[in-house]
Amino acid sequence: MDGQNITKVVLLSCGSFNPITNMHLRMFELARDYLEDTGQYRVVKGILSPVGDAYKKKGLIEAHHRMEMARLSTDNSDWITVDAWESLQPDWVETSKVVRHHYDEMLEAEQNTDDVDTVKYAKKRRIEENYEGSSRHKRRDSPQLMLLCGADVLESFGVPNLWKQEDVAEIVGHYGLVCISRSASDPDKFIHQSDMLWKYRKNIHVVREWVTNEISATHVRRSLRRGRSVRYLLPEGVVDYIHVHGLYSTESEQKNADVVLAPLQKYTGGSSS
Amino acid sequence: MATRRVPLLLLACGSFNPITNQHMRLFELARDHMHSTGQYQVVGGIVSPVSDGYGKRGLVLAQHRIAMAKLALQSSDWVTVDEWESQQPDWTETVVTMRYHYGRILKEHEQSTGTHSDSSGNTSPLSSPCPQLKLLCGADFLDTFKIPDLWLDDHVEEVAGRFGLVCVSRGGLQPERAVHESDTLSRHSQNIFLVREWVRNETSATEIRRALRRDQSVKYLIPDSVIEYIHQHNLYTEDSERRNKGTVLRPLAKQAQQPVKSLDD
Repeated sequence: MDGQNITKVVLLSCGSFNPITNMHLRMFELARDYLEDTGQYRVVKGILSPVGDAYKKKGLIEAHHRMEMARLSTDNSDWITVDAWESLQPDWVETSKVVRHHYDEMLEAEQNTDDVDTVKYAKKRRIEENYEGSSRHKRRDSPQLMLLCGADVLESFGVPNLWKQEDVAEIVGHYGLVCISRSASDPDKFIHQSDMLWKYRKNIHVVREWVTNEISATHVRRSLRRGRSVRYLLPEGVVDYIHVHGLYSTESEQKNADVVLAPLQKYTGGSSS
Repeated sequence: MATRRVPLLLLACGSFNPITNQHMRLFELARDHMHSTGQYQVVGGIVSPVSDGYGKRGLVLAQHRIAMAKLALQSSDWVTVDEWESQQPDWTETVVTMRYHYGRILKEHEQSTGTHSDSSGNTSPLSSPCPQLKLLCGADFLDTFKIPDLWLDDHVEEVAGRFGLVCVSRGGLQPERAVHESDTLSRHSQNIFLVREWVRNETSATEIRRALRRDQSVKYLIPDSVIEYIHQHNLYTEDSERRNKGTVLRPLAKQAQQPVKSLDD
């Protein structure tokens, strides 16, 4: 009976990861527990995809640092990986395109079990086993790629000019969304109030966080600028990396200070002032 | 000048069943805060797990709680685990644990400086300042002072007056109110340091045990080394949660002279 109707899932998380925190990593764990508990899904892999520098967000430090911190923080996970593709693009890439890219990669990996190169050997083998474990039987249901996000991202779908509506429709309609909800937010209400999200509500999985944990990268950067401890909010390897490279200062926070966020530039035709 | 600062040690008493990242965060927040006063130099932190005699529901053996705390603090260069309290056959009042540690700290201080306190209790002017010990606790701890018969007045007086408290709160005026509503605490309010935690984090050992019983992930809430230890020893199960079920908490059983533990949840 093993896995008769179980769909394999790959979770993709897009964001600045400036820097990555334990909360970003927790979201993967919460999503996996939730999806597997439904009895319908088996989560075989998680992908962290840091945004490229062209995103132009205030205080966004260089992608190679953000990539390295993400790598360090996933060293001791046997299923969460980091992918550099998005971070290496010269221009900002719409999330829908990133999702599409990883969907294609995933289908390819399905076929030749030869995985993405950022995955270390042991992890790679483990992830291959994950794929094979549930695909023994002949019915090779194709795996599903779902975008993993916080409730804030879901709510940002309503911010004018931040998202193209057809992209939102593609993400929730064609792929699927796992949304981790924090105490103050009410994603169900938000879905109810949007005709488009309502239409695809079955593809939106709302996961309640059982322990409120409000670690944010903004808070972490602020603490670092003020010389306060951030230990136990981020993986130790990341804390060390930040200190060794002297990341996150008053200067770094001024990066892109007067620049319009790439999606807003793109969809409104605005330019940096 | 830095040498003028009073050396300070922070003591956290509690079940640590198991120790979580949030417990360790309290130490970091408290140290930053005490340094920002300009008066203190935090020179150490002590985690003191309660003994098995505490009788709390679901409390696993002290040997395991100690082992987990040690694993969790392996990478800290200032917080350590002390076994004294956990090895006492009966539950120990918080003030007794504080006295023990302070005695130990004073002795070490005298040995390292080669000076002795004179008869009036003052150290000679040339010696380094005498270290202090303060109790580190979470927000809800101050509220326990007003529970009838839980604390002996003398003990509150000694904890707040002689030693002092560093209390990390999650916002709201709850700690201020608790101080306001107690005459003893108000009298020593200059010795009670309230630290604001700006990031809400409700990780509690109770939630961790619940998740473990239900086979949910606790990764990134407690250190990996602790997770591994828990799995190796199969520590938190439905059976373990029934330990001490129906037992009256030792402080309550000992009626009328019982401080409670500080980092309980």
